[in-house]
Amino acid sequence: MPDESQAWLARLGATGAERELAIAELHGLLLRAARHELHRRSLPAAEVDDLAVQAADDALVAVLTKLPTFRGASRFTTWVYKFALLEAGVKARRRAWHGREIMLGDEAWPAFADPGPSAHETAAAGELLRAIRIAVEHELTDHQREVFVALALHEVPIDVLAERRGTTRGALYKTLHDARRRLRAALADHDLGAAS
Amino acid sequence: MTDPLLTRLLGPAGPELSCEMCFDRLDEYVDAELAGRDADAAIAGMAAHLDGCPGCREDHESLRALVASGGPS
Repeated sequence: MPDESQAWLARLGATGAERELAIAELHGLLLRAARHELHRRSLPAAEVDDLAVQAADDALVAVLTKLPTFRGASRFTTWVYKFALLEAGVKARRRAWHGREIMLGDEAWPAFADPGPSAHETAAAGELLRAIRIAVEHELTDHQREVFVALALHEVPIDVLAERRGTTRGALYKTLHDARRRLRAALADHDLGAAS
Repeated sequence: MTDPLLTRLLGPAGPELSCEMCFDRLDEYVDAELAGRDADAAIAGMAAHLDGCPGCREDHESLRALVASGGPS
């Protein structure tokens, strides 16, 4: 494990003033990482500081809770940055979708960006898209269909949908994964090999 | 056909990590990538998950960019 990582672990594992100072430095690092991410996402400057502090506070709790699991597979700073960036990203996405309705209907099917250079390939792409649409309608459960339509069709951020539904990113992605597997199986049954 | 829409709708064809496993090993994956090691071979299923999960893909891109830049100023 790099010396820098070992030093962080030693200081955070200490007691008293040394630990308090290390935690304050760690919070500063998380805050700078969160602020960097929110600026990168072009949030209004007036909102960056408040959201960055919230993200750093939440990330600090997560880092200290997970600290015993850190085994040095990465540098310590890389490990802690991911908590700050996750929290900042989640807060930025939720802010962007605040007050927006989530569409659960499937009325807005997009078209392939590049359906193919020939009339035959264009027709095949259209057939594939129609088959996917039919499979979504007939092969998925209601829950799978709603999650699939929101995430894959309308590109609602998964954290936003998780918050609205009172669930987690992992649980929603598992539903999406299962839905996609059903769709692939249905397409394979119809010899639509482009899906494999 | 490898149209981005097809990937968006149907996701990766092969096995992939869960979101939780992706987050657990994202730091290791990014450090390996930036060190020039074969991150995809070291963590099977990570690349497929990043293809299929836009949320984790954003987190990966953010972490990779931050670490590559030397950290926040």
